[in-house]
Amino acid sequence: MDTDGQAVADVAAQAPEVDTTLLRDLVGHLREKRPDLRQEWASRITDAQLLRVMRPDEIFSEVTAVYDNYVDALETGSVEALQAYARDLSERIVRRGVETHEVLGIVLLLRDVLARALFVRHQGDPELLNRVLDVYEPAANRIAATVGVSFVEERERVIREQQAAIRELSTPVLQVRDRLLILPIIGVLDSQRARQLTEQLLHAIRENRAKVVVIDITGVATIDLTVANNLVQTVKACSLMGASAIITGLSSGIAQTLVDLGVDLSTMQTVGDLQGGLEEGERLLGYRVSEVVSPAADGAA
Amino acid sequence: MAIPILKQGPWLIASIQSALSDSEILALRDDLADMVGRLRARGIVIDVGGVDVIDSFVARSLRTIAMTTRLRGAETVIVGIQPDVAVAMVQFQLDLEPLHTALDLEEGLEVLKSQTNGAPDHGR
Repeated sequence: MDTDGQAVADVAAQAPEVDTTLLRDLVGHLREKRPDLRQEWASRITDAQLLRVMRPDEIFSEVTAVYDNYVDALETGSVEALQAYARDLSERIVRRGVETHEVLGIVLLLRDVLARALFVRHQGDPELLNRVLDVYEPAANRIAATVGVSFVEERERVIREQQAAIRELSTPVLQVRDRLLILPIIGVLDSQRARQLTEQLLHAIRENRAKVVVIDITGVATIDLTVANNLVQTVKACSLMGASAIITGLSSGIAQTLVDLGVDLSTMQTVGDLQGGLEEGERLLGYRVSEVVSPAADGAA
Repeated sequence: MAIPILKQGPWLIASIQSALSDSEILALRDDLADMVGRLRARGIVIDVGGVDVIDSFVARSLRTIAMTTRLRGAETVIVGIQPDVAVAMVQFQLDLEPLHTALDLEEGLEVLKSQTNGAPDHGR
C-alpha cells in the first residue's frame, strides 16, 4: 500500500503553500464541529440502515474513531494511520457479516456530511468555497478509497484463510498398516468435499498400494441422499482401483436415514466402529494381531 | 495399432497404452478370444494404465471380453485404472461388474491366482 501513501504525498505536493492555511483552517473547523457532525453522521448511518449487525453504541464509538482518524488523515495527508485503523476495524467487522457496500456507504456518507458542513460554512463566499473543496475533495476521495480497499483486502484474507483451513481439515488419509489405509471424516460432508475426498483417497490408494481402506464417519453428524450416493460412489471407485472399502462409525441416526432413503447399500461393507473396521481390514489382509503374553502371566497360568 | 498381447505362463497380458478407437478394442476382443483357446490360457490381465477416458463403449467392450473369455475358460482382471478415470466412471455409472479389478499388474496376477485356485490346469 506504499503506492497509496505515495499518491497522497503527490496530492499534497501538487497543492502548494497557499492551501496549507486553508487546510489548517478546514481541519480546525471540523475539529470544532466534531460533536455535531459526528452525531449527524451516526444518525445518517442508522437512517440508511447500514451496519445493522452492530448496536447503536458500538456504531457510535466506531464513528468517533473513524471521524478522528479521518480528520487526522486530512490534516497530515498521510493515510497510513487510517489504513491501519481501517484494517483493524475490518478484521472486527468482517467476521460479523458486514458487507462491502455498507463500509463504502458509511465512508461516503461521512464525506457528504463533511462536504455539506463546509458548504454551509462558506455559503457567503463561493470563491473561497471552491478553493476549500479543491483541497478537501481529493483527500476525501483518497481516504474513501483507502478504507474501502482495506476492507475488501481483509475480507479476501479471511476467505483465503478459511479456504486453507477447510482444505487442511478435510482429508487426512493415513496408513496404519502395510496396504491398509484409514480415512477419518469429520464435519459436514457436501458434494464438493466428498469429491475431493474421493480423489485424494484414490491417489493415496495408488501411492501406498493399498488393498483395504477403512472410511470412518463417526465424526459426520448427518447425511443426506446426495452424500450417501457419494459414499457409494467412493466405495465403487475404490473397488475399481482394486481396493475394498469398509465404512465404519455409522451412528444409529445415519443408519436409519440411509435405510429410509432407500440407498442401495449392497455394495457397501460396514462395521460398527473404527476398531472393528481395522480388525476386519487386518483379517482381509491376513494379519493376525495377538497379545504378547508376559512370562509372569504365563507362569501363573 | 494392434494391442500387443503377451503370454506369461498360464496368463495373457494385454497392455493398453493410449486411448483406444472402437475398432482397436474390437480387434483386442477377437485376438484375446482367439488366443485364450489357442494358448489354453487360464487368466487375462488387461492393463488400462495408459487410458485416460473409459467411456460406455470401452466399459461394455471390456465386460464383453471378460464374459466371452470366461466361456472359453479364462478369468479377466482389469488393472491400472487411473484415479480420475475411476471417479468419472462411478459418476457416469459405468460398471465393470462382474469383472475383477486390481491396482496393477502384480495385484492382478494375485487375483487371478486366487480366482483360479483349484481349477484344473490342463495338465500344465
